Amino acid sequence: MTILQTKGLTKKFGDFAALDGVDIEVGKGEIYGFIGPNGAGKSTTIRVLLGILRATEGQATIFGKDVWKDAVDIHKRVAYVPGDVNLWPNLTGGEVIDLFIKLRGRTDKNRREELIRRFDLDPSKKCRTYSKGNRQKVALVAAFSSDADLYILDEPTSGLDPLMERVFQECVMEAKAQGKSILLSSHILSEVEKLCDKVAIIRQGKIIEKGTLHELRHLTGTILLVETRQPMPALSEMKGVRGIEEKGGALSFQVDTEELDNVIRYISGFGVVRMESSPPTLEELFMRHYEGAGVGGVS
Amino acid sequence: MEKQFFAETASLSRFVLRRDRLRIPIWIFAFVAATLLIAVAFTDLYQNAQERQAIAETMKNPAMTAMVGPGYGLANYTAGAMMAHQMLLMTAVVVGLMNILLLTRHTRTDEEDGRIELVRSLPVGRLSNLVSALLVMVLVNVLLALITGTGLYALGIETMNLEGSLLYGAALGATGLIFAAITAVFVQLSQNARSAIGLSIGFLLLAYMVRAIGDVGDEAISWLSPLGWILKAEVYVNNYWWPVLLTVGVAALLAALALYLNSIRDLGAGFLPSRPGKMHASGFLASPIGLAIRLQRTGMLAWAAGLLLIGASYGSVLGDLESFFADVDIMQEMLVQTEGFSLTEQFIPMLMSVMAIIAAIPAIMAVLKLKGEEKNERVEHVLGRAVSRNRLLGSYVLLAFIVGFVMLSLAGLGLGLVGLSVMEEELALGMFYRAALAYLPAILAMISIAVLLIGWAPKLTGLIWLYLIFSFVVVYLGGLFQFPEWVVQLSPFGHVPRIPIEDMNYLKLLLLTGGAAILAALGFAGYNKRDIGR
Repeated sequence: MTILQTKGLTKKFGDFAALDGVDIEVGKGEIYGFIGPNGAGKSTTIRVLLGILRATEGQATIFGKDVWKDAVDIHKRVAYVPGDVNLWPNLTGGEVIDLFIKLRGRTDKNRREELIRRFDLDPSKKCRTYSKGNRQKVALVAAFSSDADLYILDEPTSGLDPLMERVFQECVMEAKAQGKSILLSSHILSEVEKLCDKVAIIRQGKIIEKGTLHELRHLTGTILLVETRQPMPALSEMKGVRGIEEKGGALSFQVDTEELDNVIRYISGFGVVRMESSPPTLEELFMRHYEGAGVGGVS
Repeated sequence: MEKQFFAETASLSRFVLRRDRLRIPIWIFAFVAATLLIAVAFTDLYQNAQERQAIAETMKNPAMTAMVGPGYGLANYTAGAMMAHQMLLMTAVVVGLMNILLLTRHTRTDEEDGRIELVRSLPVGRLSNLVSALLVMVLVNVLLALITGTGLYALGIETMNLEGSLLYGAALGATGLIFAAITAVFVQLSQNARSAIGLSIGFLLLAYMVRAIGDVGDEAISWLSPLGWILKAEVYVNNYWWPVLLTVGVAALLAALALYLNSIRDLGAGFLPSRPGKMHASGFLASPIGLAIRLQRTGMLAWAAGLLLIGASYGSVLGDLESFFADVDIMQEMLVQTEGFSLTEQFIPMLMSVMAIIAAIPAIMAVLKLKGEEKNERVEHVLGRAVSRNRLLGSYVLLAFIVGFVMLSLAGLGLGLVGLSVMEEELALGMFYRAALAYLPAILAMISIAVLLIGWAPKLTGLIWLYLIFSFVVVYLGGLFQFPEWVVQLSPFGHVPRIPIEDMNYLKLLLLTGGAAILAALGFAGYNKRDIGR
């Protein structure tokens, strides 16, 4: 069941296209990673999804409703955490959490107290005294105390310490276990890799790759670590082989999936002593798309 | 040891000056320009001793004493005596305010934002920041004193001699210094800039009020207030210098205290305990309007007190109006003479129009707060939850309406109640209240135009202030400059019936309200269509 869907979503600011035909789809119980560098269009997409910015072209629906026209109805079942949490300096964290919970409608007192404890937040302090991480905790506690069906999280952990990041990941997994959907925008790739079922990579307002992590890896190829008795002179000239590095007498390189068979045949002629294969990390995937392509854009 | 405390003070002082290279000259220029213009205006307005003596009579009531200080030299009310008596205290209060704002800006604000931490990580003394800020304030106040003093003398007004003029300037500068020093102490005591400014301004107002109570009643009480000392200089009459020396001396002691406190506290800490805040939001803070009220509560209470005070102080002079106007030509030009009404009655609509325009300021601020929230990226927290744009904007409009209503009511009642208590004439309190509330549709119109701007041109919301200034000029000075009627009617305030000299005109007010409603509706439509935060 589709919870969130965009089709050809385009947002122009004057002549500049911040989003250029973005298509993403988040299913029920799915954690959807949305990755890309600063200024690629992640936050713009999310703000369109929240009905704060109006799309120039294209469609975006959440729970089958239009994100612009039915914003209020949709928001009753959505919890949002912005990346840059700006709070009212003269309200306390506790007050802000309560306000946020009340503005959504449904509330669960016990959950609030439990989350405040887990995130180790002092809710009696004024927001002006909070660090970036603590302001993020306020937004996270408010978001996870609410019984939402879709969580939209825009770089929610950029100010958290590793311990708190783990608490955050637990919260996300608990939500998933309850059948909730999560759209997680991030540039912390290890986090996305750990949590997400599906990933979309955005660059300069365009989705350049999307699918399950498995599919993306398949597309990209395999990392091989090979040690042979004789040197392999023509390896670097072979089709589909990239990034050759010497590692303690062995060679490590990446092979495109369609050339894997050819490469293995070639290698086997040189007396294989050791061979390990691993899927590329998300970081390697990500870098492949960005290297030499002129990273980013204007936000 | 010296290095421990004061290293690099000179460079930090230059840095403070560099950061305020516009701010400081603007402040000083504003004070000098206002002072000189008013001095010239006084001599133009009251050209002979007879006219000035008439004013001296009106100064003898307790309300005026409370407002501008005890009269001195009233027997021979020269231009100089008049200037010092009526302007010195008011100017000194604003000089105090400038010192509070500038000093906090360079001490606690920087500390709170973590900039002092960066500076202190460099080879800089522990007290260098405070000392450099204080040194700059000394420079500012000395410059202010010298330029104001020589400027007043340079006007060449007969009764404003060199000594008196320099003393006038020195009195301002000394007041500035003592408030800089008091602020320096409060900056050590409280943990954040906001409450340091709050405490300092609170002290300034307290000093003003204590002096008012003392001047009207027991003179000994005035000695408790630094503002009371300054008035004892009796500038342009007796020219006593000791109050300036006393003030500067006490300022130096306070500055030493501030330095001591600064030397024994941790960076970022204060001496006043910071109370833990609320763990939970009250039931009140549960809706957009609850939030809007909560965010603006303190400011709006201050405005309410201010309007009540303005109303009351205008009211306090109503009793002396008849004798006042008989002697002053220019005021008679400003009032449109109407047969069958007393001068007081003719004066009430003008006072009301001014107070209504002042009352419009907090009302407009209340609705423009939404724009500020958007700019600070806090609106998305609210719109990202189950709150529609209509509900959000509607909450701020409703609050602005209530603010406008309350402000007008307080101003009207303040004027009426105090006015009736000092007047011999029998007027109905209800008349005052109706005269005030007649302006509510005009304030609604201003709120609606602000909504229109928020909806369609959020970057241009500042235009509403220009429109308000325009309204002030045409309505207040319209009579003097003989503007044609259509120019006056370009402002919503120009359409309001001038009660009591005109009858209440419900149709006109209804039309004004209707027009406001249409503009507001357009504004809502625009707000529903546009991007937030771009």
